[in-house]
Amino acid sequence: MNRSLPLLPESASSVAGDVDALFFFIVAVTVVFTVGISIAVLYFAIRYRRRPGDERPQDVHGSLALELTWTLIPLGLVAVMFVWGSKVYFHMNRPPDDAMTVTVVGKRWMWKLQHPTGQREINELHVPVGRAVRLVVTSEDTIHSFFVPAFRIKKDAVPGRYNVTWFRATKTGSYHLFCAEYCGTEHARMGGRVIVMEPEAYQTWLAGGPPAESPVVAGEKLFTELNCITCHRPDSAGRGPLLTGIFGRPVHLASGDSVVVDEAYVRESIVNPAAKVVAGYQPVMPTFQGQVSEEQLIALVAYIQSLQVPAEGAPASTGAPQR
Amino acid sequence: MSSEATYPSDSYLSGGWDLKSWLLTRDHKRIGILYLLTISAMFVLGGLYAGLIRWNLLVPDGSHMSAETYNKTFTAHGVIMVFFFLIPSIPAVFGNFLLPLMIGAKDLAFPKINLLSWYIFVLGAGFTLYALFTGGLETGWTFYTPYSTVFAQSNVELAAIGIFIAGFSSILTGLNFIVTIHKMRAPGMTWFRMPLFVWAHYATAFIQVLGTPVIAITILLVALERIFHFGFFDPNRGGDPILFQHLFWFYSHPAVYIMILPSMGVISEVISCFSRKRVFGYSFIAMSSLAIAAIGFLVWAHHMFVTGMAVYSAMVFSALTYLVAIPSAIKTFNWAATLYKGSISWDTPMLYVFCFLGLFLIGGLTGLFLGNLGTDVHLTDTYFVVAHFHYIMVGGAIMGYLGALHFWWPKIFGVKYSEAWGRLSAVLIFIGFNLTFFPQFLLGYMGMPRRYHVYPEEFQVLNVLSTAGATILGFGYLFPSCYLLYSLFKGEPAGDNPWGAKGLEWQTSSPPPTENFHVPPVVTEEPYDYANAGK
Repeated sequence: MNRSLPLLPESASSVAGDVDALFFFIVAVTVVFTVGISIAVLYFAIRYRRRPGDERPQDVHGSLALELTWTLIPLGLVAVMFVWGSKVYFHMNRPPDDAMTVTVVGKRWMWKLQHPTGQREINELHVPVGRAVRLVVTSEDTIHSFFVPAFRIKKDAVPGRYNVTWFRATKTGSYHLFCAEYCGTEHARMGGRVIVMEPEAYQTWLAGGPPAESPVVAGEKLFTELNCITCHRPDSAGRGPLLTGIFGRPVHLASGDSVVVDEAYVRESIVNPAAKVVAGYQPVMPTFQGQVSEEQLIALVAYIQSLQVPAEGAPASTGAPQR
Repeated sequence: MSSEATYPSDSYLSGGWDLKSWLLTRDHKRIGILYLLTISAMFVLGGLYAGLIRWNLLVPDGSHMSAETYNKTFTAHGVIMVFFFLIPSIPAVFGNFLLPLMIGAKDLAFPKINLLSWYIFVLGAGFTLYALFTGGLETGWTFYTPYSTVFAQSNVELAAIGIFIAGFSSILTGLNFIVTIHKMRAPGMTWFRMPLFVWAHYATAFIQVLGTPVIAITILLVALERIFHFGFFDPNRGGDPILFQHLFWFYSHPAVYIMILPSMGVISEVISCFSRKRVFGYSFIAMSSLAIAAIGFLVWAHHMFVTGMAVYSAMVFSALTYLVAIPSAIKTFNWAATLYKGSISWDTPMLYVFCFLGLFLIGGLTGLFLGNLGTDVHLTDTYFVVAHFHYIMVGGAIMGYLGALHFWWPKIFGVKYSEAWGRLSAVLIFIGFNLTFFPQFLLGYMGMPRRYHVYPEEFQVLNVLSTAGATILGFGYLFPSCYLLYSLFKGEPAGDNPWGAKGLEWQTSSPPPTENFHVPPVVTEEPYDYANAGK
């Protein structure tokens, strides 16, 4: 498609059009000012070029009116750019509620991706067209950056953090996936493709692989294997806080603060349990740093996120994560 | 070198070229020359590395060099050009040489500290170059953690120590300038009679003094984490890798203004002289330098919009970034207005001003895309950023540097260079520069990430264009080094004031006497009073 216009990147997500509109607005401002000032400079330089003899041009004193004009007009223009840009950025950073979550783990020098149904991929991501895809991005080693130019999205994969971005692909096809943050020797080869498929084709693709274990199921197994269950017991007799129904809600900490239980907090509580201890409990939990991989951590988080208390009078599936 | 007979017996050059008289000098003019020699060597070295980068990128498959070599090459290019050429360039050479002359002083406030700053700079450069030549460095000039502290296998400590040391040279220069401007002005040289070059260096000096200690601390933390495994930035030890980016850009963004503000000062001087007119909006240009220095400290996180920072903090930094664009716009409009009804000469220094205006316009305006939250997400860490900052740092800072070199060359060495070769080179550099870097904007928008040793084939045409431009640019830089050196031996005497310029530095002989002025000057008129100069 873009072979005919090789100077424009492919545009294949719901935000690509918004980003391009803004981009071309700033291009227009840039062109107007560059051409306008260049013409003025060249015109003056030719019109008032030095003639023979000791020319002494008359003084032109400054003008407050002019200074105000060329301060306020650019100020107005950048104010428009700022507001417009912020709007686009907010949209990019707020995944819709119905998005499916794909986890992304950067590792020198590959991308490891996992679908909500458990299928894993390396350096390739298959997604259905038209469906919002929420990406939870992290890294196993140094900082990487998940970049799909055709979607106009980019998010750093930072070790120890879960960063979130999202996209909704609008066109089937195969698009570049790059690592945009320098990460060492093979940085330039750390990439692959995002393959956007018709929803039916995506379902077929999902069914085609080996039977997969969803992160929730994998997390539940780990929860037992790692003996988390001996302290975080559902019968309220354990030494650790009960985990059912806490996800997404604030908990009070021993320090007096409170924190909303999200992916980052659960992860931190596994690798660095003493950092934010829940009020009423002793800091007795050992660290699991180095014993669980990033992908196992993601599974554990998914499992804890799935431990919802069924709301009264509502179907148990409400708010269930990881579709 | 040139026969001494051509210099007046009291000139600062008449002491001859015996090594001791240079290495132990406390004369700001000689120290300026020492810096000129040192950073010219750095520029050549950094330029050679740039050539290697462009050579590798001629082909998409990286077959010209290994990934490791390529990574070390762009790191060396960045480290040398940023820390050992651009940051010292105009302040250390022309600031040193001209600042006392321009305000009618005999020297800087602390001549010995000035010499010390050069030795510190050479020592720092020595460490870093040693690191680059023996094993190299592959962290990029940005030293991002945890890559630099946990994963890099190369000479990170040595290179970092060099940058740490060189920072003190920058601090001492800045300190010297601030005190000199406050305490050493000639009678009648009031604040608002100071040349805009001096105002620009005053603003720059504050950034040097206040910003550089932060990069020094940051480098120290990196070294401690590498050597003693402290957990400042490594998340596995409880550190935060993003903290490094905050600290690093807190200095390194204002550092861009260390590079560009002095260049803006040069532009104000040259444009006024070659239009024979007072600078339009003198006080607006002077104050905008201070505004840039102040607001420039508050925009650093615009380098970090995709790191996962809170959207509201991102908004604050975007807004402040747009605010810092305004004083640069004010300057540009005032320069253009200065030309109105002037008597405009097209001599070489003025050609560099025209080059500067065109390139700085594009460089500055493309910053609007990167300060913008919506477009930055797509463009950051791509070639768009590479193109943008080269338009500022090469198009802005180096055009100003070359303009200064051609404007003050007759003053510094007392000789004329070939005007024809000067003009030809300026045109060549302008064409070569645009051909090198304009295609990189397109590459960035198409999505080519920076620091890529290999790239998809569809990006090859634009990369070949860029390399072709770099070749022209290389020749453009080669010519001045030839005809300027030639002028030292064969150049005609320039006379004290070949351009008919107004600054105090032009009222003394060329090259200036050791004590700068035979009679201490008293200032009785406004700056740039060209209208009344003939009367």
